[in-house]
Amino acid sequence: MHFGPHLLLAALEGLVTSAVLALTALGLSLVFGVMRVVNVAHGEFFMLGAVLAWAVSTAISGHPAIGFVAALVIAPLLVGLVALVAERLVLRRLNYNPEGTIVATIGMLYIIQQLALTFYGPEARPVEPPFSYRILLPWFGYSGYKLSVVAVSAILLVITWLVLTRTKIGLIMRATQYDRETAQAFGIPVERVYAGVFAVGAMLAAIAAVLIVPISQAHYLMGQDPLLLSFIVVIIGGLGSLRGTVVAAVLIGLSDGIISMFFSPTLAKIIATLVVAMVLVFRPQGLFGTTSR
Amino acid sequence: MRDASPAKAYALHIGVIALLFALNFVLPDYHQGLFARIMALAVFAMGYNLLFGYVGLLSLGHAMFFSAGLYGAGLTVYHLGWGVPEAFLAGVACGALLALVIGLLALRTSGVAFMIVTMMFAQVFYLLILYFAAWTGGDQGLVIQQASRVIAIGDASLDLTDPTVRYMSALALFAVVLLITLAVVRSRFGRVLVAIRENEERTKMLGYDTVANKLAAVVASGAICAASGAAYALLFGYVGSSFAGVQYSILPLLWVLLGGAATTLGPLIGTLFMYYVTDITSGFTSAYLLIVGVALILLVLFAPRGIMGSIRERWLGWLP
Repeated sequence: MHFGPHLLLAALEGLVTSAVLALTALGLSLVFGVMRVVNVAHGEFFMLGAVLAWAVSTAISGHPAIGFVAALVIAPLLVGLVALVAERLVLRRLNYNPEGTIVATIGMLYIIQQLALTFYGPEARPVEPPFSYRILLPWFGYSGYKLSVVAVSAILLVITWLVLTRTKIGLIMRATQYDRETAQAFGIPVERVYAGVFAVGAMLAAIAAVLIVPISQAHYLMGQDPLLLSFIVVIIGGLGSLRGTVVAAVLIGLSDGIISMFFSPTLAKIIATLVVAMVLVFRPQGLFGTTSR
Repeated sequence: MRDASPAKAYALHIGVIALLFALNFVLPDYHQGLFARIMALAVFAMGYNLLFGYVGLLSLGHAMFFSAGLYGAGLTVYHLGWGVPEAFLAGVACGALLALVIGLLALRTSGVAFMIVTMMFAQVFYLLILYFAAWTGGDQGLVIQQASRVIAIGDASLDLTDPTVRYMSALALFAVVLLITLAVVRSRFGRVLVAIRENEERTKMLGYDTVANKLAAVVASGAICAASGAAYALLFGYVGSSFAGVQYSILPLLWVLLGGAATTLGPLIGTLFMYYVTDITSGFTSAYLLIVGVALILLVLFAPRGIMGSIRERWLGWLP
């Protein structure tokens, strides 16, 4: 293949990464933006989504599409439930103290990871894609499923944006984010908003995982990279800024796809991580964010 | 409150050191080895505690200081054939230098950003170790041969692979660092650090250079953690990238939280306790991380002060 098609392939792969990353990072960003909680267990919710997707789709026989659709509905709901329980039992009792919640979510990370290892095992297992249509480009064929992942993610992002900016629920969430105490004084059930946001954040990660699992297989350690990348995206995009998160996800996903096609992936990660750390040091509000309150 | 009893505090700490000395002759072989490891790692926890407990800076990247010491000592022995004392100093120097650079950068941030920045620098350090696998051994790590772990003093020689020598070397390092921490936290400098933790703005207003004090604390903490790493490499003869991973940044946090942040003996108690819990439970379950996770959550929910912190609060107000 020549350089042009090669670059196109890298860009397409990068776009798929971006789409999934944007969903995952959006979950992290929502939780941080509204609750001021850094959820270190976010990557494990992602992993849990993928593992549950495998469980659901193998339990259901018949056409792979049926199993996949069932997984796309059931897995995120279960993950949301787990997150809700964790929020009730742990985060609320800590009164959302930033340092306490970091330590507690580190604890959750280990618990979820270990339980996945115990009950799911160390193997990587595939989930069959719902359809296997290949789009023929002049230079190579490309998986139609991968492109549909991009489309579905884009739709979900638009829906989230609409909910945040155009509905009452979104208004309540933004009010809580802006000023927790005043919101409470106006009769907004802040604790219920927090619980809901934490569950939705985890569900977004789980949806992203179900979408990616036909491409990359489910494994109990698969949560680590998305966690780090989501952190990077959220920081570059500005903590708590939705638009910034999406732009940063596309930026990171594309550059990750292109850089790791031409250079060593370890070197790509080193550079990306170092750049992000420097952004945090010298421009803590992120590249697109405004100064946080 | 704590001023009243310097003699009591020093007596207690020297008592603990004497107890650990005596244990060498009582403990069975297996536990003697475990205790040597615990003392070396307790030094890591003490270094972490200096920053987390006293200055209130929660770092999620201290594995990089530990592994700077580990590799600083390990690589100079392995590749350059340095002697044990020089290698140990090289390890400590690497850690202190790294801490200086990281401190200058990371201290520009605070709170959550500080945690994430330290975590990311540690991740970069970890990836660099993997990237330069030709020298560091990458995932596999390097084994330091017994022959290069002998200190020659005139005609006599100390073989660090001998269990008793190893135990005593770990104890010596532990004792020195314990007494240094005790002296530091009782000093003017230590009090300024606590003042920064309690109210940084006010401390600044009183005329203290808080940034310089924090930087000094980061460097001291990094150097102590590197000393632990260097000792670990030389005493146990293995350096590997797993020591630079995120888990080794979380473990000292866990040990310190368990033992009691901002207490001088807490890090030892926490490390000891956690090591034995995992040692005992590993008999009937391999779910080691599950225990770490549950312990972290329970601690932060029900005992944020840890073991020594609770004892100080309830009974012994003079405990340093």
